[in-house]
Amino acid sequence: MLLEKLTEASGVSGNEKDVRDIIIEEIKDYVDEIQVDKIGNVIAYKKGENSFPKLMITAHMDEVGFIITDIDDSGLLKFTTVGGIDERILVSKPVIVGKKQIPGVIGAKPIHLQKKEERLKALKLEQLYIDIGANSREEAEDLISIGDYAIFYSEYIEFGNDLIKAKALDNRVGCSLLIDLIKENTKFGFYAVFTVMEEVGLVGAGPATYTVEPEISIILEGTLCSDSPETDEHLIPTKLKKGPAISLIDRTTLFNINFRKYIVNIAEKNNIPYQFRKTSFGGNDSGKIHQTKEGSITTTISVPCRYIHSPISVMAKEDYENTFKLLKSILSEIKKGDF
Amino acid sequence: MAFNSELAKKLVEIYSPSGNENNIRNFIMDEIKDYVDEIEIDPLGNLIGRKKGKGKKIMIAAHMDQIGLMVTDIDDEGFLRFTNIGGISPFISLGQKVIFENGTVGVIFSEPVDNMGKLKLENMFIDIGVSNKEEAVEKINIGDICVYESGFSENDNVIFSKCLDDRIGCFVAIEAIKKIKSSNNDLYFVFTVQEEVGLRGARTSAYKINPSLSIAIDVTSTGDTPKAKRFAVGLNKGTAIKVKDNSILTHPKVKNLMIEIAEENNIPYQMEVLEFGGTDSGAIHLTRDGVPTGAISIPTRYVHSTVEMASKKDINSSVDLLVKLLEKSIEK
Repeated sequence: MLLEKLTEASGVSGNEKDVRDIIIEEIKDYVDEIQVDKIGNVIAYKKGENSFPKLMITAHMDEVGFIITDIDDSGLLKFTTVGGIDERILVSKPVIVGKKQIPGVIGAKPIHLQKKEERLKALKLEQLYIDIGANSREEAEDLISIGDYAIFYSEYIEFGNDLIKAKALDNRVGCSLLIDLIKENTKFGFYAVFTVMEEVGLVGAGPATYTVEPEISIILEGTLCSDSPETDEHLIPTKLKKGPAISLIDRTTLFNINFRKYIVNIAEKNNIPYQFRKTSFGGNDSGKIHQTKEGSITTTISVPCRYIHSPISVMAKEDYENTFKLLKSILSEIKKGDF
Repeated sequence: MAFNSELAKKLVEIYSPSGNENNIRNFIMDEIKDYVDEIEIDPLGNLIGRKKGKGKKIMIAAHMDQIGLMVTDIDDEGFLRFTNIGGISPFISLGQKVIFENGTVGVIFSEPVDNMGKLKLENMFIDIGVSNKEEAVEKINIGDICVYESGFSENDNVIFSKCLDDRIGCFVAIEAIKKIKSSNNDLYFVFTVQEEVGLRGARTSAYKINPSLSIAIDVTSTGDTPKAKRFAVGLNKGTAIKVKDNSILTHPKVKNLMIEIAEENNIPYQMEVLEFGGTDSGAIHLTRDGVPTGAISIPTRYVHSTVEMASKKDINSSVDLLVKLLEKSIEK
């Protein structure tokens, strides 16, 4: 399955090649033009009977992860995080390091040896290391180098009632949706852009937009979902199984009101469930996209994902299906001057 | 010079939060259309009025948006929860009236809090006087934005109102458009969108215009109230020529030109060295290969409140400085 392949691939910001290769392989027979730009974005164009307004649909390929910063004499690896990772979740997680895909674990002192005050405090990054089973610096150096990337090791599994658990659903779910959309026989021509380095500051989106010069853009995301009972209703950003989340505002964009209403209208007309993303926290590629050159209109449509930026993000298949339906409906209805 | 209170009053009373600048744009368009040669609205909604000239392109930017509150949730009893659009303070918001585009009025209050020092927007709500969710959604949807509702007041010396930031900058630009007799420069007056959320309209309009020189017009803080943080700017001391804020060190050429023109024309002025905040000039000066940029500031007390206060004399001085500056032929 495509989402399984995408989430299990390695693509920490700045090292998206494996994900990019999968994407290119998947879409190359369905698009009319394809290029990898200087910074590593995939920019593809799929012709259609209609192509105005000039539409760009984007998803970022990268995920949060790690870079090896040092190897000590005993062969243990020091590392730093790439993108926003809660350091408290790192201990005892399996990881995969470097091009040779060396398995490792993030270790720490066992509970028996911890003093009482140590048990009360979360371990900080500088107290953690990756153990790849090497006995010395030399042995470790045969397998990996300083500067190598590492990812969480986490299998894609389906569980519960219609749920998926995987790493990097933020934002392989967006990549998967965009690939599926490219394969669909849509009448509307559009640019499909898979960006790099979103997690470290929306880096790839600016250059891609500079090239494409879209009039409107749809940014696909896997977004924050925190729907546990202890959260006040109004502070829940999105909920699982309530449909695609349409963004209102975040740290980087005040989403165009008319385009948002247009999309809501399409969802309602086609009986597709939707929800609003009710928080203004976070940001995404839209922040760069809508401010590039003379400016353009953007919207963000997301699949709600619990526990993002961890090895165990969770989403519902029905949210994926409904997001896909909404995207197809938008592509079949959109016309110049609609909003 | 008399102060055009009528125009100022109209400008501050128009509903137009960031992202929804339609009403103020229409109003300004109507005000300036007989005085400019071309008018354009760009993709993000900036209004660009051009007074053609053979000389250098000069961009004048004043932002038309105002801070506001966006509804994020409506509960079963019909209370609205919200997030901020721009710099909304919980302390200033508590007990304020707000108004939505469709005229719906509400009041802001908060859940009981033990320590008022820890008051946060997420613990506050808007009460629009309905009894349940069904009644609320007839008037308001998630995503709707409201703004503070407060009147315009004045005396001989000052005006005070919500959103002098930056309708008073728009006022200065509009008055300048009307007063400029002749200019060799190619003037682009831009009424920008979304300044309050990150100088966004200025960034894209500056890219489009590609000016040789730019001037932003915005309010600045003052240090003339009891026990205020030390800051040399005060009301009634003239227009303020910006030296720096957190978004820019103004270009010496532009800054010195402003000083020179103020001196030549006996326009009262003061120098503004602001250690926080930013204006559209911050985005403009970094556009393309860089734009020499300065800013004319209107000293304003209590910025981002419902009672922002500015001096009529300072506002008129700002208009005078801008007019004289734009009438002078800018060579390089």
